[in-house]
Amino acid sequence: MELLTNQVLAGISTGAIYACMALAVVMIYQAIDHLNFAQGEMAMFSTFISWQLMQWGVPYWWAFLLTLAISFAGGILIERLLFKPLAKAPVLTNVAGFIALFAIVNSVAGLTWDFTIKQYPTPFGSSPFLGSQLISTHQAGMIGVTLLMLAGLYFFFQFTRIGLAMRAAAALPESARLVGINTSWMIALGWGMASAIGAIAGILIAPVVFLEPNMMGGVLIYGFAAAVLGGLTSPLGAVVGGFLVGVVENLAGTYIPGVGNELKLPIALALIITVLVFKPAGLFGRAIVKRV
Amino acid sequence: MSAAAEDVVTEAPAVEAVPKRAMTLGTTTSLVILAALLVTPLFVKNFIIFQMTMVLIYGLAVLALNILTGGSGQFSLGQSAFYALGAYTSAILMEHVNMNYALTLPIAGLVSFAAGYLFGKPALRLSGIYLALATFALATAMPQLLKLHFLEHWTGGVQGLVVTKPDAPFGLPIGQDMWLYYFTLAITLAIYVGSVNLLRSRSGRAFMAIRDNEIAASAMGVDVAQYKTLAFGVSAGITGIAGGLGAIAVQFVAPDGYTITLAISLFLGMVVGGVGWLPGSFIGAAFIIFVPNIAESISKGLSGAVFGVLLFIVIFLVPHGARQVAIIAQQMIGKLRK
Repeated sequence: MELLTNQVLAGISTGAIYACMALAVVMIYQAIDHLNFAQGEMAMFSTFISWQLMQWGVPYWWAFLLTLAISFAGGILIERLLFKPLAKAPVLTNVAGFIALFAIVNSVAGLTWDFTIKQYPTPFGSSPFLGSQLISTHQAGMIGVTLLMLAGLYFFFQFTRIGLAMRAAAALPESARLVGINTSWMIALGWGMASAIGAIAGILIAPVVFLEPNMMGGVLIYGFAAAVLGGLTSPLGAVVGGFLVGVVENLAGTYIPGVGNELKLPIALALIITVLVFKPAGLFGRAIVKRV
Repeated sequence: MSAAAEDVVTEAPAVEAVPKRAMTLGTTTSLVILAALLVTPLFVKNFIIFQMTMVLIYGLAVLALNILTGGSGQFSLGQSAFYALGAYTSAILMEHVNMNYALTLPIAGLVSFAAGYLFGKPALRLSGIYLALATFALATAMPQLLKLHFLEHWTGGVQGLVVTKPDAPFGLPIGQDMWLYYFTLAITLAIYVGSVNLLRSRSGRAFMAIRDNEIAASAMGVDVAQYKTLAFGVSAGITGIAGGLGAIAVQFVAPDGYTITLAISLFLGMVVGGVGWLPGSFIGAAFIIFVPNIAESISKGLSGAVFGVLLFIVIFLVPHGARQVAIIAQQMIGKLRK
């Protein structure tokens, strides 16, 4: 029983990482209707920017805020320069564009900051949290920040004019245009926000997985899985999905014999697919009704 | 999260409709290309012949994906798994059972067909991004499964298997590389013609009906479930044969040769070649084989960035891939004739 509790706790703390990433994935999916494969790399790049700022002597929180602003602007810039021209291109061409962006960002980060692993500071400290050996204060802080972001996003989408406009632009672009919403800029805004949320996720994750250009590879896969499991239309689902994936992955690694670290990912994915077979829109997603 | 009514969306199909005649090339063009493919190896070095063989092999795998995505409108990021299955089937039969390399290919195709067909069954419930995730899971699981301990006797574990390269039969006076090239070319031709005919047949029309509008297709009496799984099976089968050929050509199979990177490459090949345009598969294959090398030669440290930029340039100029180039060329020739 003790083992079970411990493994669930450990799962929740890794789940927080996935939840962060999943939240960023859902954000951009809401805005542009695609899964952005380069999301993780963008988050990694933002994290490097904050690291660089701190190397230059900027204090943690200033570096944090500056990074958010830079990432937000960067996200908008990427959309305006690279993906706006592709707006009319087929979906699959857009996906190829994401893969190209992935390659570019990864390679540029590798050349600028090289591939050695770097330590990244945490503002929460890393002593045991409430006497538990499995959750550190950093991981508790990470869970707290994720939940805060979720609340913030909920407020933004539910109660602000611009949040409503973004939802409208994503759900029914033609009708949104007719009532005077600038849908093209809403998409850019979505990219900016997703990029900023990704930056927060990256900064929170970096103390755990360490900073290097390939740090996001594994995390992004779990983030996608979590987002899909929770339902791509629901930020709450993304966060719940993130925690679930973390817990399932840990329990599978502990209780199913023969499952080492290597098979954890396939098993987690297999479980998710099983869920999807029974609930094709994800746990919290709404089934989309198509007009024929 | 919104309290609004359910989303009612009038959605265009994710994969655009391609009329079946637009999926292939004219007779004259085909014959010219075939002649070029037959003659070129006589004048180039062995390494280039090997690369041409790889273009044909990857072209087959991209073609298979094209049948699945361009034909029946289903996505897959798991083609590397079927490719691996085919490669391992061929390698194991050749090295452990001493079977002739040519005979292993139909078996590789059948094994992969069965795997694809079975995988297509549960995948029926999923579409779009959810299907992409499911196939993605398959692709990430495959290298790990191949490394499993109790299969090690057959698969060689992490080390993989070394495959002997076949000599030309009947004492033909040509090198191994050249023989393998013509052997691959023959198989590629057969599969290409078969695929063109498949898409022109009743089954092909059913695939396309499903791609364009699933509900309308089922209203017309198309057995949607049956044809969707069939498309998965056929695609996996062709990919398996390509995998078998790949194992023979590279003379080596190892789990890390068949990761998700391969599946992503094949996907890029399809986009660059033009989704739903079968001849484009080979142009896309050439792209994914040669462009990373070109990128590396331009800048070693930034090869990834150069590759990404080149890819962006291609999709900016021709968002519909090589098909768009072909259509433009056709129109220009048409104007010249007038």
